[in-house]
Amino acid sequence: MAVTVSVPTILRTHTDGEKSVEAKGSNVSEVIDDLESRHGGIKERLITDGKLHRFVNIYVDDEDIRFAGGLEAPVQESSTLTILPAVAGGMR
Amino acid sequence: MTRRDRVCARRAAPRILLGVLVLRADLVDEIVAHARRDHPDEACGVVAGPEGSDRPERFVPMLNAARSPTFYEFDSGDLLRLYRDMDSRDEVPVVIYHSHTATAAYPSRTDISYASEPEAHYVLVSTRDDAEANHTGHDLHSYRIVDGVVTEEEIQVVESYMFAHTGSDDVPDHA
Repeated sequence: MAVTVSVPTILRTHTDGEKSVEAKGSNVSEVIDDLESRHGGIKERLITDGKLHRFVNIYVDDEDIRFAGGLEAPVQESSTLTILPAVAGGMR
Repeated sequence: MTRRDRVCARRAAPRILLGVLVLRADLVDEIVAHARRDHPDEACGVVAGPEGSDRPERFVPMLNAARSPTFYEFDSGDLLRLYRDMDSRDEVPVVIYHSHTATAAYPSRTDISYASEPEAHYVLVSTRDDAEANHTGHDLHSYRIVDGVVTEEEIQVVESYMFAHTGSDDVPDHA
């Protein structure tokens, strides 16, 4: 299934500057593997040891996957998968 | 002298600031007012501007979902809505600001590890008791944070961008 992936500025070095790319997969994990096959290096910016990085958010349409099944969250044909780095910090 | 030596030599001179953030005075006031309003919790938000302009124009205070005096985080749903809204306006987060309520206005290790907008100006304001005001009238500083390297930059406070040099596009948009 083809989905549109919205790529944040910091990861566009992997997509030749493209803001938005196509990828295939029936869940988030498969979409990321498909992305990796054409945009090498992107997966390790998102996932370590099978877990999504604390400072990265991934959304399927409007839903943060942390609340929707994590990396196994299903994607539908014509879904948009949005990757956004968390905006966070603190005094320590 | 290698390139790396030259870079280090430049960094060793702390008052020579390479970059510059040109920021309207009313936006400085908005950022500081938000920081004071949320004190002792950290306040956070962005000032969005046209993509490629490096000109902060639209003040967008955000909720600190952590509601903490030592940590800030945009709520994940708010974050998605913010970026979609900016995309639809062809904007980027030119400034990402937050407050430190008990420490100096300098990026912490946590700030550096999370920083992921290499083109943004990270503005920090301290609301601690002994905060030291600089030429902005506040303990307010701006940094670039790229690949874990923090570089402080000069802040020029202006009344209007009309006559300030803010990059290649000197003509303000009045859409």
